[in-house]
Amino acid sequence: MTRKRGKTGYLLVIPGALYLLAFFALPFYSLIATSLYDPSGSDFRGYEMTYAFGNFVDAITDYWQPLLRSLAYGGVATVLCLVLGYVLAYAIAFKAGRWKILMLVLVIAPFFTSFLVRTLSWKLLLADDGFIVNTLQFLQILGDDGRLLATPVAVIAGLTYNFLPFMVLPLFASLDRVDYRLIEASGDLYANPITTFFKVTWPLSLPGVVSGTLLTFIPAVGDYINAELLGNTNTRMIGNVIQSLFTDANDYPAAAALSVILMTMILALVLVYVRRAGTEELL
Amino acid sequence: MSQVAEPNQQRASEDAAGAGGGSGLRLRALTKEFATFTAVRSLDLEVPSGSFFALLGPSGCGKTTTLRMIAGLESPTSGTIELAGRDITHAKPYQRPVNTVFQSYALFPHLDIAENVAFGLRRRRQKDVDEQVRQMLDLVELSSQSRKKPAQLSGGQQQRVALARALINKPEVLLLDEPLGALDLKLRRAMQIELKRIQTEVGLTFIHVTHDQEEAMTMADTVAVMNGGVIEQMGAPAELYENPRSTFVANFLGQSNLIAGSVVSRSADITTVDMHGIAVSVPANRTHTDSDRGWVGIRPEKVLIGEVGEQLDAPGNTIPGGVVSDVSFVGVSTAYLVRMPWGQELQVFSQNTGRVRIFAVGDAVELSWRPEYAFLLDHAQDASAGAAL
Repeated sequence: MTRKRGKTGYLLVIPGALYLLAFFALPFYSLIATSLYDPSGSDFRGYEMTYAFGNFVDAITDYWQPLLRSLAYGGVATVLCLVLGYVLAYAIAFKAGRWKILMLVLVIAPFFTSFLVRTLSWKLLLADDGFIVNTLQFLQILGDDGRLLATPVAVIAGLTYNFLPFMVLPLFASLDRVDYRLIEASGDLYANPITTFFKVTWPLSLPGVVSGTLLTFIPAVGDYINAELLGNTNTRMIGNVIQSLFTDANDYPAAAALSVILMTMILALVLVYVRRAGTEELL
Repeated sequence: MSQVAEPNQQRASEDAAGAGGGSGLRLRALTKEFATFTAVRSLDLEVPSGSFFALLGPSGCGKTTTLRMIAGLESPTSGTIELAGRDITHAKPYQRPVNTVFQSYALFPHLDIAENVAFGLRRRRQKDVDEQVRQMLDLVELSSQSRKKPAQLSGGQQQRVALARALINKPEVLLLDEPLGALDLKLRRAMQIELKRIQTEVGLTFIHVTHDQEEAMTMADTVAVMNGGVIEQMGAPAELYENPRSTFVANFLGQSNLIAGSVVSRSADITTVDMHGIAVSVPANRTHTDSDRGWVGIRPEKVLIGEVGEQLDAPGNTIPGGVVSDVSFVGVSTAYLVRMPWGQELQVFSQNTGRVRIFAVGDAVELSWRPEYAFLLDHAQDASAGAAL
């Protein structure tokens, strides 16, 4: 059966392609170009294209700490999301019964409020005289002058909270598709529940694990709201640095170079990760 | 699919003999109640070791629930399950020497064929898994497919993988839950013969659940007909077919003509029944009612059809006054519907031997059958029970 391929297909692609060209390809080109401008230029005097690859070296030397910190915070938050999210998604998929839809709605519900407002409310939750700090102090888990706000714990907790739904939804989609009869078959073939989880359920949910961790890790590493609102100067993430270089210091070449470095790092990590997880077909 | 290397056969049957040994499977007063209905009602059943046992019944009769209780996937409300003398009523599925071939096959999509088959052996940390898997794949003739994923195989091949995956564990009992249900008719027939061959070879106890009466009868040594959570009748296929004890069995296994009649006399050998004014006799050992009224049953192929006054080779019960109301030519036989004087239409199958006349609609005919083929059922039972299923 041969179908003539008309021009309709190409016509349908045009609006999206134009949009991407205007709002992704051109800005991306501009970003890379900016990262190679002469660093001594400024807003007033204008920038010169000098192919200043030294910008990258400078950016890494000056900001390797927030770079590594971002990867670490993002990584820890992703692992926490995976642990919390897997348990939740598993419960929704296999145990929720008729409450399934309601629980999914509850997972998505936070999106009805702004990201910023939700993070601000964490500021109240973790405040020095808030009930969480008071309780932890009462239980002697925190010292009498111990605090949560403006610590790495607060930033990571915020990241975990904000990106948890991005982990839960793909995990749920994967787990919900796991045929329960396979789990029964595994039990029938002498696998106890723990072995069944690791030999059947977990491998079958891997696509969800991979997409969930990517959807969590990538935005978490580049996030700056949580560090801005819940952290201090020692918990600055790379997003905060880029933001202040762009808007406060007006050092566009350094900010652009840092952005390109962040992007390349994430891309490289994701490629290695997806290769190792054996789920190339996802890309 | 019938050639199998000789050494495999021997090895498999020796191992099976070693694994068997117990006294088979015994269910006692097994009951399963769900929130709104009782799926299985005080079931007593004994399946001798090494037999091919079929649980036959329409959907919803409790046969799959029974199977799942034996597998441990469902826990009984009451009653016990004993296997080789050991009470396994409350054992976990993974602790039972029982394996299941699931209706959906339930092959693990992320594992290749060899790993699917090896799954049970690996869980029990057996040695020379690879060698055993190789032999098992030889037995089901899938050696060349061992590195493929289940989705790359045809339905019939997947079915054989499911069988191999269960069989390789040499369970005390192998449970088959409508394993041929998803196959087309031709493949189904081939797999029936194949399954029977493998069962004979390995000598394991097979319990086969099906709603296909032909499948149950061709494959099993013993068939239990289930209906409404209880076993209606159990026995060898021929015995069930020839001498059904209830209208459900008479209709569900093949087809039956059931004609209302009242008992005239009972002797040691023979029950005489008045059937709309015609006296017919039924052997006493085929009389399954104590009441005065009953259903005279006769299989359509046991009924002879002839012209009025023709001497038919069936001395005993002759019923005159029939008119052919429908003829369908099947090929090997001709199926007639004959309207009797009391208004009922009886089914008659006549072998096309070439020596019998084929009647046309409207012909006046006489029917006749040998008394030893008739049976008498309880009139309280629904004459159409099991017919439409």
